[in-house]
Amino acid sequence: MLKTGTELVKRGMAEMQKGGVIMDVVNAEQARVAEAAGAVAVMALERVPSDIRAAGGVARMADLTIVEEVMKAVSIPVMAKARIGHIVEARTLESMGVDYIDESEVLTPADDVFHIAKSEFTVPFVCGCKNIGEAVRRIAEGASMLRTKGEPGTGNIVEAVRHIRQVNSEIQQIVAMRTDELMVFAKNHGAPYEILLEIKKLGKLPVVNFAAGGVATPADAALMMELGADGVFVGSGIFKSENPEKFAKAIVQATHNYQDYALIAELSKNLGSPMKGLEISRLAKEELMSERGI
Amino acid sequence: MSVKIGVLGVQGAVAEHIKTLERNGVEAVNVKRLEDLSDINGLILPGGESTTIGRLIVQGNMKEKIQELAKNGMPVFGTCAGMVLLSEKIEGGEPAHLGLLNATVNRNGFGRQVHSFEKELNIEGIAEGFNGVFIRAPYISEVGPSVKVLETIDEKVVAVEQDNILAVSFHPELTRDDRIINYFINKCK
Repeated sequence: MLKTGTELVKRGMAEMQKGGVIMDVVNAEQARVAEAAGAVAVMALERVPSDIRAAGGVARMADLTIVEEVMKAVSIPVMAKARIGHIVEARTLESMGVDYIDESEVLTPADDVFHIAKSEFTVPFVCGCKNIGEAVRRIAEGASMLRTKGEPGTGNIVEAVRHIRQVNSEIQQIVAMRTDELMVFAKNHGAPYEILLEIKKLGKLPVVNFAAGGVATPADAALMMELGADGVFVGSGIFKSENPEKFAKAIVQATHNYQDYALIAELSKNLGSPMKGLEISRLAKEELMSERGI
Repeated sequence: MSVKIGVLGVQGAVAEHIKTLERNGVEAVNVKRLEDLSDINGLILPGGESTTIGRLIVQGNMKEKIQELAKNGMPVFGTCAGMVLLSEKIEGGEPAHLGLLNATVNRNGFGRQVHSFEKELNIEGIAEGFNGVFIRAPYISEVGPSVKVLETIDEKVVAVEQDNILAVSFHPELTRDDRIINYFINKCK
Protein backbone atom coordinates (compact mmCIF):
# COMPACT_ATOMS: atom_id res chain seq x y z
CA MET A 1 0.00 0.00 0.00
CA LEU A 2 1.15 3.44 -0.93
CA LYS A 3 0.63 6.20 1.67
CA THR A 4 0.83 9.83 0.48
CA GLY A 5 0.75 13.08 2.48
CA THR A 6 2.20 11.50 5.64
CA GLU A 7 3.97 13.64 8.23
CA LEU A 8 7.23 11.89 7.33
CA VAL A 9 7.09 12.73 3.60
CA LYS A 10 5.88 16.29 4.29
CA ARG A 11 8.56 17.09 6.89
CA GLY A 12 11.11 14.99 5.00
CA MET A 13 10.71 17.15 1.90
CA ALA A 14 11.93 20.15 3.93
CA GLU A 15 14.84 18.11 5.31
CA MET A 16 16.04 17.69 1.72
CA GLN A 17 16.17 21.47 1.30
CA LYS A 18 18.57 22.06 4.20
CA GLY A 19 21.69 24.08 3.50
CA GLY A 20 19.98 25.52 0.46
CA VAL A 21 18.58 28.78 -0.86
CA ILE A 22 14.95 29.21 -1.92
CA MET A 23 14.47 32.13 -4.28
CA ASP A 24 11.43 34.29 -5.09
CA VAL A 25 10.71 34.43 -8.83
CA VAL A 26 7.95 36.08 -10.85
CA ASN A 27 8.34 34.33 -14.21
CA ALA A 28 9.89 31.35 -16.00
CA GLU A 29 13.02 33.24 -16.98
CA GLN A 30 13.84 34.17 -13.37
CA ALA A 31 13.06 30.59 -12.31
CA ARG A 32 15.64 29.28 -14.78
CA VAL A 33 18.24 31.77 -13.49
CA ALA A 34 17.54 30.57 -9.94
CA GLU A 35 17.81 26.89 -10.89
CA ALA A 36 21.05 27.46 -12.82
CA ALA A 37 22.51 29.28 -9.83
CA GLY A 38 21.85 26.26 -7.60
CA ALA A 39 18.63 27.21 -5.78
CA VAL A 40 17.03 24.21 -4.03
CA ALA A 41 13.54 25.54 -4.83
CA VAL A 42 11.78 28.60 -6.16
CA MET A 43 8.83 30.54 -4.77
CA ALA A 44 6.53 31.56 -7.62
CA LEU A 45 4.81 34.89 -7.03
CA GLU A 46 3.26 37.75 -8.93
CA ARG A 47 5.43 40.39 -7.26
CA VAL A 48 8.45 40.16 -4.98
CA PRO A 49 7.87 41.56 -1.47
CA SER A 50 9.52 44.94 -2.11
CA ASP A 51 7.12 45.53 -5.02
CA ILE A 52 4.17 44.37 -2.90
CA ARG A 53 5.26 46.91 -0.30
CA ALA A 54 5.59 49.65 -2.93
CA ALA A 55 2.26 48.85 -4.60
CA GLY A 56 0.23 48.79 -1.38
CA GLY A 57 -3.38 47.59 -1.46
CA VAL A 58 -4.35 43.94 -1.05
CA ALA A 59 -1.78 41.29 -2.03
CA ARG A 60 -3.37 37.98 -3.03
CA MET A 61 -2.26 34.57 -4.32
CA ALA A 62 -0.41 34.97 -7.64
CA ASP A 63 -2.10 34.66 -11.01
CA LEU A 64 -1.91 30.91 -11.48
CA THR A 65 -0.54 31.15 -15.01
CA ILE A 66 2.68 32.41 -13.40
CA VAL A 67 2.80 29.41 -11.08
CA GLU A 68 2.08 27.07 -13.98
CA GLU A 69 4.75 28.70 -16.15
CA VAL A 70 7.36 28.36 -13.38
CA MET A 71 6.41 24.71 -12.74
CA LYS A 72 6.97 23.95 -16.41
CA ALA A 73 10.26 25.86 -16.57
CA VAL A 74 12.25 24.12 -13.82
CA SER A 75 12.84 20.65 -12.37
CA ILE A 76 13.50 21.82 -8.80
CA PRO A 77 10.55 22.11 -6.36
CA VAL A 78 8.14 25.01 -6.81
CA MET A 79 6.53 26.73 -3.85
CA ALA A 80 3.73 29.29 -3.93
CA LYS A 81 2.11 31.61 -1.41
CA ALA A 82 -1.46 31.55 -0.14
CA ARG A 83 -2.94 34.22 2.13
CA ILE A 84 -3.05 33.37 5.83
CA GLY A 85 -6.29 31.51 6.52
CA HIS A 86 -7.29 31.32 2.85
CA ILE A 87 -8.27 27.66 2.64
CA VAL A 88 -9.40 27.90 -0.98
CA GLU A 89 -6.26 29.56 -2.30
CA ALA A 90 -4.30 26.77 -0.62
CA ARG A 91 -6.55 24.00 -1.99
CA THR A 92 -6.23 25.54 -5.45
CA LEU A 93 -2.44 25.53 -5.30
CA GLU A 94 -2.52 21.94 -4.01
CA SER A 95 -4.72 20.88 -6.94
CA MET A 96 -2.14 22.30 -9.35
CA GLY A 97 0.56 20.12 -7.82
CA VAL A 98 2.63 22.88 -6.23
CA ASP A 99 5.33 21.22 -4.08
CA TYR A 100 5.06 23.42 -0.99
CA ILE A 101 2.63 26.15 0.09
CA ASP A 102 3.79 29.18 2.04
CA GLU A 103 0.92 30.43 4.22
CA SER A 104 2.50 33.82 4.17
CA GLU A 105 2.30 37.15 5.95
CA VAL A 106 3.78 38.74 2.81
CA LEU A 107 0.27 38.56 1.36
CA THR A 108 -2.65 40.37 3.02
CA PRO A 109 -4.19 37.92 5.51
CA ALA A 110 -7.60 36.54 4.53
CA ASP A 111 -8.33 35.65 8.15
CA ASP A 112 -7.02 37.79 11.00
CA VAL A 113 -7.80 35.15 13.63
CA PHE A 114 -7.27 31.65 12.29
CA HIS A 115 -4.60 29.94 10.23
CA ILE A 116 -5.30 27.02 7.87
CA ALA A 117 -5.58 23.51 9.39
CA LYS A 118 -2.55 22.35 7.47
CA SER A 119 -2.43 18.75 8.66
CA GLU A 120 -5.55 18.08 6.56
CA PHE A 121 -3.63 18.71 3.33
CA THR A 122 -1.50 16.34 1.25
CA VAL A 123 0.79 19.18 0.20
CA PRO A 124 3.19 20.38 2.91
CA PHE A 125 3.16 23.96 4.27
CA VAL A 126 5.81 26.39 5.40
CA CYS A 127 4.84 29.23 7.78
CA GLY A 128 6.55 32.27 9.24
CA CYS A 129 7.39 32.78 12.92
CA LYS A 130 9.20 35.35 15.02
CA ASN A 131 9.21 33.57 18.37
CA ILE A 132 8.70 30.12 19.82
CA GLY A 133 4.98 30.63 20.47
CA GLU A 134 4.28 31.32 16.80
CA ALA A 135 6.61 28.50 15.73
CA VAL A 136 4.96 25.89 17.93
CA ARG A 137 1.40 26.99 17.10
CA ARG A 138 2.15 26.65 13.38
CA ILE A 139 3.66 23.18 13.93
CA ALA A 140 0.55 22.17 15.87
CA GLU A 141 -1.62 23.34 12.95
CA GLY A 142 0.43 21.07 10.70
CA ALA A 143 3.21 23.23 9.21
CA SER A 144 5.96 20.88 8.00
CA MET A 145 8.57 23.63 7.76
CA LEU A 146 9.10 27.04 9.35
CA ARG A 147 10.90 30.18 8.39
CA THR A 148 11.65 33.07 10.68
CA LYS A 149 9.77 36.10 9.35
CA GLY A 150 12.25 38.95 9.28
CA GLU A 151 10.76 41.98 7.55
CA PRO A 152 10.12 41.03 3.91
CA GLY A 153 10.92 43.41 1.08
CA THR A 154 13.14 45.69 3.14
CA GLY A 155 16.61 44.37 2.26
CA ASN A 156 17.31 45.01 5.93
CA ILE A 157 18.55 41.99 7.87
CA VAL A 158 17.92 43.32 11.38
CA GLU A 159 14.49 41.74 11.88
CA ALA A 160 15.64 38.41 10.45
CA VAL A 161 18.51 38.41 12.95
CA ARG A 162 16.17 39.30 15.82
CA HIS A 163 13.74 36.49 14.95
CA ILE A 164 16.23 33.66 14.43
CA ARG A 165 18.00 34.63 17.67
CA GLN A 166 14.68 34.79 19.51
CA VAL A 167 13.49 31.36 18.35
CA ASN A 168 16.83 29.67 18.96
CA SER A 169 17.34 31.20 22.41
CA GLU A 170 13.84 30.09 23.42
CA ILE A 171 14.67 26.56 22.23
CA GLN A 172 17.75 26.63 24.48
CA GLN A 173 15.56 27.76 27.40
CA ILE A 174 13.19 24.84 26.80
CA VAL A 175 16.05 22.36 26.64
CA ALA A 176 17.54 23.69 29.90
CA MET A 177 14.18 23.84 31.69
CA ARG A 178 12.95 21.14 34.06
CA THR A 179 9.95 19.24 32.69
CA ASP A 180 7.81 20.47 35.59
CA GLU A 181 8.39 24.07 34.46
CA LEU A 182 7.29 23.43 30.90
CA MET A 183 3.52 23.78 31.42
CA VAL A 184 3.82 27.35 32.66
CA PHE A 185 6.09 28.14 29.72
CA ALA A 186 3.39 26.65 27.46
CA LYS A 187 0.75 28.86 29.09
CA ASN A 188 2.85 32.03 28.87
CA HIS A 189 3.74 31.53 25.22
CA GLY A 190 0.44 30.07 24.02
CA ALA A 191 2.48 27.10 22.88
CA PRO A 192 1.06 23.54 22.84
CA TYR A 193 2.69 21.53 25.66
CA GLU A 194 3.25 18.28 23.72
CA ILE A 195 5.33 20.02 21.07
CA LEU A 196 7.41 21.77 23.74
CA LEU A 197 8.08 18.35 25.28
CA GLU A 198 9.17 17.09 21.86
CA ILE A 199 11.51 20.09 21.43
CA LYS A 200 13.00 19.40 24.86
CA LYS A 201 13.61 15.77 23.94
CA LEU A 202 15.05 16.51 20.48
CA GLY A 203 17.04 19.57 21.52
CA LYS A 204 15.67 21.34 18.43
CA LEU A 205 12.44 22.03 16.55
CA PRO A 206 10.80 18.91 15.07
CA VAL A 207 10.75 20.62 11.65
CA VAL A 208 13.29 22.46 9.53
CA ASN A 209 13.57 26.22 10.14
CA PHE A 210 14.87 28.53 7.41
CA ALA A 211 15.52 32.28 7.75
CA ALA A 212 13.72 34.87 5.63
CA GLY A 213 12.86 38.53 5.33
CA GLY A 214 15.70 40.92 4.55
CA VAL A 215 18.54 38.85 3.08
CA ALA A 216 20.22 41.05 0.45
CA THR A 217 23.88 39.96 0.21
CA PRO A 218 25.98 36.74 0.36
CA ALA A 219 27.21 37.84 3.80
CA ASP A 220 23.58 38.26 5.00
CA ALA A 221 22.82 34.68 3.94
CA ALA A 222 25.95 33.38 5.68
CA LEU A 223 25.01 35.32 8.82
CA MET A 224 21.64 33.54 8.94
CA MET A 225 23.41 30.16 8.72
CA GLU A 226 25.88 31.22 11.42
CA LEU A 227 22.93 32.02 13.70
CA GLY A 228 21.52 28.53 13.22
CA ALA A 229 19.12 28.71 10.27
CA ASP A 230 18.76 25.46 8.29
CA GLY A 231 18.70 27.42 5.02
CA VAL A 232 17.68 30.75 3.56
CA PHE A 233 14.76 32.29 1.66
CA VAL A 234 15.74 35.22 -0.53
CA GLY A 235 12.84 37.33 -1.73
CA SER A 236 13.58 40.65 -3.35
CA GLY A 237 17.32 40.35 -2.68
CA ILE A 238 18.17 38.61 -5.93
CA PHE A 239 15.99 39.98 -8.70
CA LYS A 240 16.00 43.53 -7.29
CA SER A 241 19.80 43.60 -7.32
CA GLU A 242 21.85 45.02 -10.15
CA ASN A 243 23.11 41.62 -11.32
CA PRO A 244 20.64 38.84 -10.33
CA GLU A 245 22.63 36.00 -11.85
CA LYS A 246 25.77 36.90 -9.92
CA PHE A 247 23.89 37.56 -6.70
CA ALA A 248 22.03 34.26 -6.97
CA LYS A 249 25.21 32.21 -7.45
CA ALA A 250 27.11 34.08 -4.74
CA ILE A 251 24.30 33.69 -2.21
CA VAL A 252 24.08 29.92 -2.88
CA GLN A 253 27.83 29.50 -2.41
CA ALA A 254 27.96 31.70 0.69
CA THR A 255 25.09 29.74 2.28
CA HIS A 256 26.89 26.44 1.73
CA ASN A 257 30.33 27.76 2.81
CA TYR A 258 29.06 30.10 5.51
CA GLN A 259 32.20 29.88 7.63
CA ASP A 260 34.67 30.19 4.76
CA TYR A 261 35.29 33.91 5.12
CA ALA A 262 37.98 34.15 2.45
CA LEU A 263 35.53 32.68 -0.06
CA ILE A 264 32.73 35.02 1.06
CA ALA A 265 35.17 37.89 0.59
CA GLU A 266 35.80 36.75 -2.99
CA LEU A 267 32.07 36.30 -3.60
CA SER A 268 31.38 39.82 -2.34
CA LYS A 269 33.65 41.52 -4.89
CA ASN A 270 32.25 43.24 -8.01
CA LEU A 271 28.71 42.13 -7.30
CA GLY A 272 27.11 45.40 -8.32
CA SER A 273 24.61 47.10 -6.02
CA PRO A 274 22.30 45.05 -3.88
CA MET A 275 18.60 45.91 -3.63
CA LYS A 276 17.83 49.25 -2.05
CA GLY A 277 17.15 48.80 1.67
CA LEU A 278 14.60 50.31 4.03
CA GLU A 279 15.13 51.45 7.62
CA ILE A 280 12.63 49.47 9.74
CA SER A 281 12.02 52.30 12.24
CA ARG A 282 10.78 54.48 9.36
CA LEU A 283 8.00 51.99 8.59
CA ALA A 284 4.60 52.57 10.13
CA LYS A 285 3.44 49.77 12.41
CA GLU A 286 0.68 48.76 9.98
CA GLU A 287 3.32 48.34 7.27
CA LEU A 288 5.14 45.62 9.24
CA MET A 289 4.40 42.26 7.63
CA SER A 290 5.91 40.33 10.54
CA GLU A 291 3.04 41.51 12.79
CA ARG A 292 0.56 39.57 10.67
CA GLY A 293 -0.51 36.02 11.49
CA ILE A 294 0.82 35.57 15.02
CA MET B 1 39.39 -2.05 12.22
CA SER B 2 37.44 1.07 12.94
CA VAL B 3 35.43 2.41 10.02
CA LYS B 4 35.19 6.03 9.00
CA ILE B 5 32.42 6.96 6.59
CA GLY B 6 32.01 10.33 4.91
CA VAL B 7 28.67 12.01 4.26
CA LEU B 8 28.80 14.51 1.42
CA GLY B 9 27.78 17.61 3.37
CA VAL B 10 27.19 20.30 0.78
CA GLN B 11 23.36 20.36 0.91
CA GLY B 12 20.43 18.16 1.96
CA ALA B 13 19.73 15.54 4.64
CA VAL B 14 23.31 15.41 5.92
CA ALA B 15 22.68 15.46 9.68
CA GLU B 16 20.28 12.48 9.47
CA HIS B 17 22.91 10.27 7.80
CA ILE B 18 25.59 11.34 10.30
CA LYS B 19 23.27 10.54 13.21
CA THR B 20 22.43 7.12 11.72
CA LEU B 21 26.11 6.26 11.27
CA GLU B 22 26.97 7.37 14.79
CA ARG B 23 24.22 5.36 16.42
CA ASN B 24 25.66 2.31 14.64
CA GLY B 25 29.10 2.89 16.10
CA VAL B 26 30.73 4.38 13.01
CA GLU B 27 32.80 7.54 12.91
CA ALA B 28 31.08 9.94 10.49
CA VAL B 29 32.88 12.67 8.59
CA ASN B 30 30.94 15.66 7.24
CA VAL B 31 32.56 16.05 3.81
CA LYS B 32 32.40 19.74 2.96
CA ARG B 33 35.65 20.16 1.04
CA LEU B 34 38.25 18.20 -0.89
CA GLU B 35 40.51 17.51 2.13
CA ASP B 36 37.65 15.74 3.93
CA LEU B 37 37.74 12.98 1.29
CA SER B 38 41.29 11.93 2.11
CA ASP B 39 40.78 9.59 5.03
CA ILE B 40 37.48 7.72 4.68
CA ASN B 41 36.47 4.09 4.03
CA GLY B 42 33.17 4.86 2.34
CA LEU B 43 31.02 7.77 1.19
CA ILE B 44 27.30 8.52 1.42
CA LEU B 45 25.65 10.86 -1.09
CA PRO B 46 22.53 12.09 0.74
CA GLY B 47 19.15 13.29 -0.44
CA GLY B 48 18.78 16.93 -1.40
CA GLU B 49 18.52 18.73 -4.72
CA SER B 50 20.74 16.91 -7.20
CA THR B 51 21.20 20.03 -9.36
CA THR B 52 22.40 22.02 -6.33
CA ILE B 53 24.67 19.27 -4.97
CA GLY B 54 26.04 18.54 -8.46
CA ARG B 55 26.97 22.19 -8.91
CA LEU B 56 28.55 22.51 -5.46
CA ILE B 57 30.79 19.43 -5.84
CA VAL B 58 32.16 20.89 -9.07
CA GLN B 59 32.72 24.31 -7.45
CA GLY B 60 34.41 22.58 -4.49
CA ASN B 61 36.71 20.56 -6.83
CA MET B 62 35.43 17.31 -5.31
CA LYS B 63 33.95 15.64 -8.39
CA GLU B 64 37.13 14.04 -9.79
CA LYS B 65 38.31 12.88 -6.38
CA ILE B 66 35.01 11.12 -5.67
CA GLN B 67 35.14 9.46 -9.10
CA GLU B 68 38.71 8.33 -8.52
CA LEU B 69 37.97 6.91 -5.05
CA ALA B 70 34.90 5.03 -6.31
CA LYS B 71 36.78 3.64 -9.32
CA ASN B 72 39.46 2.38 -6.91
CA GLY B 73 36.78 0.43 -5.07
CA MET B 74 35.70 2.67 -2.19
CA PRO B 75 32.05 1.89 -1.37
CA VAL B 76 29.60 4.68 -2.21
CA PHE B 77 25.93 4.77 -1.13
CA GLY B 78 23.51 7.18 -2.81
CA THR B 79 20.03 7.93 -1.46
CA CYS B 80 17.46 9.73 -3.65
CA ALA B 81 19.42 12.70 -5.08
CA GLY B 82 22.51 10.54 -4.45
CA MET B 83 21.12 7.98 -6.92
CA VAL B 84 20.72 10.75 -9.52
CA LEU B 85 24.30 11.93 -8.88
CA LEU B 86 25.68 8.40 -9.36
CA SER B 87 23.87 7.43 -12.57
CA GLU B 88 25.59 7.49 -15.96
CA LYS B 89 22.50 8.83 -17.73
CA ILE B 90 19.66 11.14 -16.72
CA GLU B 91 16.43 10.98 -18.72
CA GLY B 92 15.52 14.21 -20.47
CA GLY B 93 19.05 14.98 -21.58
CA GLU B 94 20.39 16.65 -18.44
CA PRO B 95 24.17 15.98 -18.23
CA ALA B 96 25.25 13.25 -15.79
CA HIS B 97 27.07 14.20 -12.57
CA LEU B 98 29.42 11.47 -11.30
CA GLY B 99 28.49 8.78 -13.85
CA LEU B 100 29.59 5.86 -11.67
CA LEU B 101 26.49 3.67 -11.89
CA ASN B 102 25.75 1.97 -15.20
CA ALA B 103 22.09 2.99 -15.24
CA THR B 104 19.61 5.52 -16.59
CA VAL B 105 17.71 7.47 -13.95
CA ASN B 106 14.38 9.27 -14.22
CA ARG B 107 14.62 12.29 -11.88
CA ASN B 108 11.41 12.95 -9.90
CA GLY B 109 10.11 9.90 -11.75
CA PHE B 110 7.39 9.32 -9.16
CA GLY B 111 6.02 12.84 -9.62
CA ARG B 112 5.80 16.04 -7.60
CA GLN B 113 5.65 16.38 -3.81
CA VAL B 114 1.89 15.63 -3.57
CA HIS B 115 2.75 12.17 -4.93
CA SER B 116 5.53 11.54 -2.41
CA PHE B 117 4.75 8.37 -0.46
CA GLU B 118 5.72 5.68 2.03
CA LYS B 119 5.65 2.01 1.01
CA GLU B 120 6.81 -1.28 2.48
CA LEU B 121 9.67 -2.77 0.45
CA ASN B 122 11.64 -6.01 0.24
CA ILE B 123 15.25 -5.17 -0.55
CA GLU B 124 16.71 -8.42 -1.88
CA GLY B 125 19.27 -9.92 0.46
CA ILE B 126 19.24 -6.85 2.73
CA ALA B 127 15.89 -6.12 4.35
CA GLU B 128 12.34 -7.55 4.21
CA GLY B 129 9.45 -5.26 5.18
CA PHE B 130 11.44 -2.04 5.01
CA ASN B 131 9.49 1.25 5.16
CA GLY B 132 10.57 3.18 2.07
CA VAL B 133 10.13 6.96 2.31
CA PHE B 134 9.94 8.37 -1.24
CA ILE B 135 10.17 12.17 -1.59
CA ARG B 136 9.95 13.53 -5.17
CA ALA B 137 11.89 10.35 -5.74
CA PRO B 138 13.78 9.19 -8.83
CA TYR B 139 13.72 5.66 -10.21
CA ILE B 140 16.02 3.73 -12.50
CA SER B 141 14.54 2.92 -15.89
CA GLU B 142 17.43 0.95 -17.43
CA VAL B 143 20.37 -0.92 -15.96
CA GLY B 144 23.60 -2.27 -17.44
CA PRO B 145 24.66 -5.94 -17.09
CA SER B 146 26.82 -5.36 -13.98
CA VAL B 147 23.96 -3.80 -12.00
CA LYS B 148 21.94 -5.99 -9.65
CA VAL B 149 18.33 -4.89 -9.14
CA LEU B 150 17.32 -5.26 -5.48
CA GLU B 151 13.73 -3.92 -5.51
CA THR B 152 11.16 -2.50 -7.93
CA ILE B 153 7.74 -0.80 -7.71
CA ASP B 154 5.65 -1.50 -10.84
CA GLU B 155 8.82 -2.25 -12.81
CA LYS B 156 10.42 0.97 -11.64
CA VAL B 157 13.78 0.10 -10.11
CA VAL B 158 14.20 1.65 -6.65
CA ALA B 159 17.26 -0.16 -5.23
CA VAL B 160 20.42 -1.35 -7.00
CA GLU B 161 23.93 -2.57 -6.32
CA GLN B 162 26.90 -2.54 -8.70
CA ASP B 163 30.00 -3.92 -6.96
CA ASN B 164 31.01 -1.14 -4.53
CA ILE B 165 28.09 1.15 -5.45
CA LEU B 166 24.74 0.99 -3.66
CA ALA B 167 21.84 3.28 -4.61
CA VAL B 168 18.22 3.63 -3.45
CA SER B 169 15.40 5.98 -4.51
CA PHE B 170 14.16 6.45 -0.96
CA HIS B 171 15.39 7.76 2.40
CA PRO B 172 16.43 5.11 4.95
CA GLU B 173 18.00 7.94 7.02
CA LEU B 174 14.53 9.34 7.80
CA THR B 175 13.54 6.08 9.55
CA ARG B 176 14.89 4.23 12.59
CA ASP B 177 15.42 1.04 10.56
CA ASP B 178 19.19 0.61 10.22
CA ARG B 179 19.36 -2.61 8.17
CA ILE B 180 20.38 -0.97 4.88
CA ILE B 181 22.96 1.31 6.47
CA ASN B 182 24.45 -1.67 8.32
CA TYR B 183 24.72 -3.54 5.04
CA PHE B 184 26.62 -0.55 3.65
CA ILE B 185 28.82 -0.23 6.77
CA ASN B 186 29.83 -3.88 6.30
CA LYS B 187 30.81 -3.16 2.70
CA CYS B 188 33.15 -0.45 4.02
CA LYS B 189 34.94 -2.75 6.48
